[in-house]
Amino acid sequence: MPTYKDHKAVETASGPARLRSSTAIVPIPRQAGQTGGESVDRLSDVDEWGRSEHMRTIIRTIYEPIYSKWFRAEWCGLEKIPRDGGALLVANHAGAIPSDAPVIMHGIEKELGRPVYGLADYFFKTIPVLGTMWARAGGVSANPDNAYRLLRDKGQLAVVFPEGTKGPSKSFTDRYQLRRFGRGGFVEIAMRAGVPVIPIAVVGSEESMPVVFRVPFVARALGVPYFPVTANLIAFGPLGALLPFPAKFKLRVLDPIRFDVPPDQDRYSKSRVMDEAEKIRTQLQDTLYEMLRERRSVWFG
Amino acid sequence: MGKRVLVTGADTFWGGRMVQALEADRDVEVIIGIGTHSPSVPFERAEFVKSDQAYSIISRIVKATQVDTVVHTFLVVDSTLVSARAMHEINVIGTMNLLAAAGATGSTVRQVVVKSSTLVYGSSEKDPNTFSEETPRSSPARTRVERSLIEAESLVRDFAEDSPSTSVAVLRFANVLGNDIITSFSKNLSRPLCPSITGFDPLLQFVEEDDVVRALEFVTMRRVSGLFNVAGDGRLPWSEVASICGTRLLPLPIWSPARAIFPLIKMGYYELPPEMVDLLRYGRGVDTHKLKDAGFTYRYSSAGAVRNFIQAIRLKRGAGRKPKSYTYEHDVEQFFRNSRSVVHDVNQ
Repeated sequence: MPTYKDHKAVETASGPARLRSSTAIVPIPRQAGQTGGESVDRLSDVDEWGRSEHMRTIIRTIYEPIYSKWFRAEWCGLEKIPRDGGALLVANHAGAIPSDAPVIMHGIEKELGRPVYGLADYFFKTIPVLGTMWARAGGVSANPDNAYRLLRDKGQLAVVFPEGTKGPSKSFTDRYQLRRFGRGGFVEIAMRAGVPVIPIAVVGSEESMPVVFRVPFVARALGVPYFPVTANLIAFGPLGALLPFPAKFKLRVLDPIRFDVPPDQDRYSKSRVMDEAEKIRTQLQDTLYEMLRERRSVWFG
Repeated sequence: MGKRVLVTGADTFWGGRMVQALEADRDVEVIIGIGTHSPSVPFERAEFVKSDQAYSIISRIVKATQVDTVVHTFLVVDSTLVSARAMHEINVIGTMNLLAAAGATGSTVRQVVVKSSTLVYGSSEKDPNTFSEETPRSSPARTRVERSLIEAESLVRDFAEDSPSTSVAVLRFANVLGNDIITSFSKNLSRPLCPSITGFDPLLQFVEEDDVVRALEFVTMRRVSGLFNVAGDGRLPWSEVASICGTRLLPLPIWSPARAIFPLIKMGYYELPPEMVDLLRYGRGVDTHKLKDAGFTYRYSSAGAVRNFIQAIRLKRGAGRKPKSYTYEHDVEQFFRNSRSVVHDVNQ
């Protein structure tokens, strides 16, 4: 498996394929040494999901201080995430602009050296620049078909937040109270793909950007899922949209859950799916309570 | 006994190429080309019949020639080529007449091959990353060409259900680039500035024109049936496609981008039909496993198709216009085919 650090060396080795200075809003990342015959004709290393390892490297460099200095993210049980093969990571989702997604993606890539694809609402795709950036950074529409292909055909890690937008849009008074886990679709996908579900409990995201109240009519006018007014906005003004509070991030990986069902079935028992989803939700909720019980300070953990 | 093949749209780019490919094949005994205009490429042994757009004379031709195979290349997939009305006539009514002729009682047709497009999947934000042949569209068809292709394909599906003894293959091709074909994509990419939508950099797949003909020939000669996506391996962001082609991106407004370059479109400098706008926003990816599993091998990847295309463009720019090599003359063609003085030696 190629490690991320050697990409510069490969780039010079890849020879004459030089990229003409582009007028692209989102610049094309240079090729980072692909294998296979197709690479000869390519200029960038954007894969079929729109993810670019080169872009990830840049983002990792920028995000590293935020990850380790600002949030001081601390993992527990990282060894439970497999080094190869597909697995569906499931986590709680919170904070108006949730920092849990980048922290999980960055952390696993940094510690385990394997890519993580983030499954998010297709709404992201409709936002210019940001949508493209998100795709280059490893974001994929949370479509069952996409998840299946990533997990089963490609054997990748994918992270999904079953609460959806209900998680980050809830107000601070409901912090660490898990919302409904959709319709349990994530369990069904994991069953179909024959991969384990690995729950990750995240503490810290709620306090990094607490939602004070929501303004539904602005959300409607802008066509966005929710429009929160955060404590950050109140404290720092418009800058607060980009500036999370330095809450201490703690992440605990729970034991992988395997389902003893044959993969690639058209249908799975709905009651079984719902039961498993509810079990995972309860487990994650209990772990969150446990972590909160142990937490002495929001800022220092 | 060899195949007796009827090729529709023989006057068009694809029909012409398909006839030429079949002529080279010894297993094909008879080739009938049907088209609305005179053929633009010379045919060695194929016979050409002129028809109207909706192919109203097709049942007579099928009956008279006793063809066993129909290769339907005459589906318009580029809405800039013809008017909306003509597109409906060609895609829907033409297909309907063709299939009616092929499915008539006593018909000798045992195989139908249809050249369709991945346009039938559409392109929207709700799309999955990859469409396999069974994946349904995620949004209703917004453009006329998509609607007419979907309708044509549904006619083919009905035909396949009604005539189980006939082998029906539908090939859905991704956007084509190549040495000779001129499409909206090739036109835009050969300009110094190439339209794009601000902030969007979609992933696209291309198929090389030779691979298109080879795929059609493959399913025709192997008598493969089913629905197949045809596209080169790999996907490229639009910005990379532009980079390979040595053109820069012209960022257009997110809303009604075509209006921003409306005069240039009117002048024919750019082409930006609505289906292309959708594609430049969200792109499209298709799964090509099925045809590969059937035994087809591609010569070009998506990136290879783009490179090959731009090399052809550079050659054209460098070498100047080629003289027009062929003009169809009905009497001359008749002479070569029917005169007793011409020595016919098929085995040569």
